Amino acid sequence: MSTSLPPTASQTVGPFYGYALPFAGGGDIAPAGHPDTITLHGTVYDGAGAPIPDALLEFWQPAPDGSRAGAPGSLRRDPVTGAVIGRDGLAFTGFGRVAADADGHYLLRTLPPGGVPYISVCVFARGLLHHLFTRAYLPELTDIDGEPLLASLPPHRRATLLAVPEHERVYRFDVRLQADGVHEETVFLAFE
Amino acid sequence: MTNPPGTPPQPPRLETQQTISAEIAEIRDAYGKAVAEGGPRRDHPDRDYPPYRSSVLRHPKHALVVPRDPEAAELTGPVFGVTDVTELDNDLTRQHLGEPLGERMLVTGRVLDRAGRPVRGQLVEIWQANASGRYAHQRDQHPAPLDPNFTGVGRCLTDDDGRYSFVTIKPGPYPWRNHNNAWRPAHIHFSLFGTAFAQRLVTQMYFPGDPLFDFDPIMQAVTDDSARRRLVADYDHNLSTHEWSLGYRWDIVLDGPAATWMEEGR
Repeated sequence: MSTSLPPTASQTVGPFYGYALPFAGGGDIAPAGHPDTITLHGTVYDGAGAPIPDALLEFWQPAPDGSRAGAPGSLRRDPVTGAVIGRDGLAFTGFGRVAADADGHYLLRTLPPGGVPYISVCVFARGLLHHLFTRAYLPELTDIDGEPLLASLPPHRRATLLAVPEHERVYRFDVRLQADGVHEETVFLAFE
Repeated sequence: MTNPPGTPPQPPRLETQQTISAEIAEIRDAYGKAVAEGGPRRDHPDRDYPPYRSSVLRHPKHALVVPRDPEAAELTGPVFGVTDVTELDNDLTRQHLGEPLGERMLVTGRVLDRAGRPVRGQLVEIWQANASGRYAHQRDQHPAPLDPNFTGVGRCLTDDDGRYSFVTIKPGPYPWRNHNNAWRPAHIHFSLFGTAFAQRLVTQMYFPGDPLFDFDPIMQAVTDDSARRRLVADYDHNLSTHEWSLGYRWDIVLDGPAATWMEEGR
């Protein structure tokens, strides 16, 4: 392979994606009522420690059986009205999309990933010219020494990638785009 | 800020265009100098781009960390299908009872990976302002008319050649509050998926000859001249239709880890 086309530049998602990108049930990857459902939630903050109400988060993960094939149907549509009618509850699409609330908070309901201990997260926002990738590691699934990425980070940086158990099957994962003088900046990832 | 008693509250003082333009020029000159001295070209905007004031508190200061992991989940990604898109979704002029105002146009192109291979069957999403420069969004309070016949949202799946196409109307430029008298050049927002989550792209397509390019800190955040030019669609007369619509062509190349475009026979 000798050709290498230059990539198209990123631009910010801006403030007005709200009527275009979010869709009903975007944060409900888990089939309704599935007993293994976990909740991942948190707040996206800026460098002043203020929540970012116009953040958009996307999530990608393998199915519980480890399949990485995904499945269509994340934004399944009613062919009569065109409305989003939600996932069919059987296929595991592995993809979620959630717009932060007015207080910068997001919430995802999903099933634990198979084969990896993390859920991949992609963050977009007004003011962010190029999206950011991070990972929410689920502590019960995570062997820190066995994860080269985590093992390579000093503990205070590593901690930003570890979701914090709050209750049974409920985890908190805040995202900080920049340190605010009190809290550590989230570790963001590049794939080369 | 304190005001003398009895005076109305003053809006925050905004920088002038002259100040913003000087900052843009300074950053562009520094980049040009660095490249001339053998520094790397940058295809993407720097997340830390002060002329775009909202970026100041919304960019990480630590370097990104590269996971050296050939099994990373981000090397695969979500898939979409015919259940996710309806046939009318790519025609933004047919979503209401009447015809929208504005210049009707076809926007089409191909989504490719860096090896030039088409990205097939993937979701392309667009959103845009109407012909007057107003978004159908509650928080857009620009006093330009809403168009009851235009929402400005479209979706489609790429075909076997990686091709997408939308019928829409040309969006108008609009003012924003980055600085005093700040205006965005006309643009269409694009959201794209590749075969890997790591290829994800959200960007904006611009129109040739727009006089606002030089004044806009979002577009100018792409400091590399050729990378910035690639954000501008080509007018293509062969895509225009007799007595019906104008045609624009814009190809998109998804960035991504080498593993997504170096391997043969994927």
